Amino acid sequence: MRDFDFSVLIEWMPALLEGLGITVLYTIGGLALGMVIGLTVAVMALTRFSLLRIAARVYVDAIRGTPLLLQLFILYYAAPSVGFKLSAPAAGILGLGINAGAYLAEIFRAGIEAVPRPHVHAARSLGLSYRQTLMRVELPQAVALVLPPMAGEIINLVKSTSLLSTIAIGDLLRSGQIAVSVTFAPLEIYLMVGLLYLAVNLALSALVRRLEARTGGRARREAQRLMAEVGI
Amino acid sequence: MAMISVRGLKKHFGTLRILNGVDLEVERSQVVAIIGPSGSGKSTVLRCLSFLEAPTAGEIYVDGRRMGYRDNGRRLPDAVLNRQRAEIGMVFQSYNLWPHRTALENIIEAPILVRRTPRDQAIAEARSLLDRVGLLAKQDAYPSTLSGGQQQRVAIARSLAMQPKVILLDEVTSALDPETVHEVLDVIKDLAQEGMTLVLVTHEMAFAREVADRIVFMDEGVVLEDAPPEAFFGAPQHERARAFLAKIL
Ligand SMILES: Nc1ncnc2c1ncn2[C@@H]1O[C@H](COP(=O)(O)OP(=O)(O)O)[C@@H](O)[C@H]1O
Ligand SMILES: [Mg+2]
Repeated sequence: MRDFDFSVLIEWMPALLEGLGITVLYTIGGLALGMVIGLTVAVMALTRFSLLRIAARVYVDAIRGTPLLLQLFILYYAAPSVGFKLSAPAAGILGLGINAGAYLAEIFRAGIEAVPRPHVHAARSLGLSYRQTLMRVELPQAVALVLPPMAGEIINLVKSTSLLSTIAIGDLLRSGQIAVSVTFAPLEIYLMVGLLYLAVNLALSALVRRLEARTGGRARREAQRLMAEVGI
Repeated sequence: MAMISVRGLKKHFGTLRILNGVDLEVERSQVVAIIGPSGSGKSTVLRCLSFLEAPTAGEIYVDGRRMGYRDNGRRLPDAVLNRQRAEIGMVFQSYNLWPHRTALENIIEAPILVRRTPRDQAIAEARSLLDRVGLLAKQDAYPSTLSGGQQQRVAIARSLAMQPKVILLDEVTSALDPETVHEVLDVIKDLAQEGMTLVLVTHEMAFAREVADRIVFMDEGVVLEDAPPEAFFGAPQHERARAFLAKIL
């Protein structure tokens, strides 16, 4: 046993914060890519074209059924053997985006499906196209419905970035590992690393709660009331 | 030429035969009330008319143009179909206003998106429609803050904004509190007097008798009776129509 050594933390804080910055950057990158993929796949899953539906299903099942760590390894270590060489940052963003995309696709699909069909019928009977109905009637309502599960997925994404340390990316966890290997102070360093992850995620939760109160509340309550009314 | 002409309309859902050959003619400015037991296919007829459902068989003409298909029987492209739908207004039992848009926004959406009406003009027209249904003061209200009767009047204004050739109304007062039913019926009565062609499914027999030019009685996916209100309510020809009236009146 020894005393908790704050001086280690003060000395290594800049390095840990730099790692945190990397973690946040990869989260944002992975999220941006994941949203694009997720929305595309969700729309594919809901079309009347069965081939697109099947493709969406296969994607979601394959990605959700295998570990993210394996997906990162395939992108970074295995892909070069078939002539597809990616830098570590590219493999990292791509891996996170592809992975988050599958989970977000399911969330978006459920959100769009939860928009009461009668709202869609009203739109179509007024002459709105499938696309206009999706963009103007379904998605805005779905956004309110998917905010809470999406927040959960973003928090998962923040934590998943810790796997990037395995493909030589200097994220928060990796910075912590380096600090520990030099200082031999795992208790102080890893506790601090944990607090930093926690801080980011608590801030995220607070942000989402505010967004929800602003945009989500009204539309979601209304949608839920209508769903209850028609017995969905 | 009839405004609406339905010939041999059939609709099956898998093995379920919902409509078994419906024929219906509605003249311009006529008001036709469809009545019949629950599950007899009334809503399905309206949904086929606005092509929210594709008929299994049969032909539907609105203002002389075949709905959904070319004369050679080929399916119309989606873009043309969307324009056809825009010409047929539909008002639903559950109002179906979009909850994330105000009353005014609900009304201007389709004119702007489908007809490319300039926004200012769409707003001006929407305000005059809201005024017509007595809800100008509520233009910025969200649907959840409006009563059922108010929501339904906004829904009617929303369909009027597309200047439809006909309006289909599917039990539009069934979800309303009894006190507010008349607000909506009054608006429909005005439409009828102004010469709008209306097809309405309703359980309000007194109202049907008052405004409709013809009563169409449906049962099990076919039209059993089609007669002026006095004739129908005075002396229904068909056994099942008599049984239905005895139960509902
Ligand atoms: N999409 C559908 N799939 C299967 N059955 C349906 C569908 N839509 C309606 N039906 C069935 O068709 C029948 C007639 O429905 P509907 O036209 O709504 O009758 P009504 O309006 O006269 O009460 C009902 O039994 C209903 O369950
Ligand atoms: Mg019905």
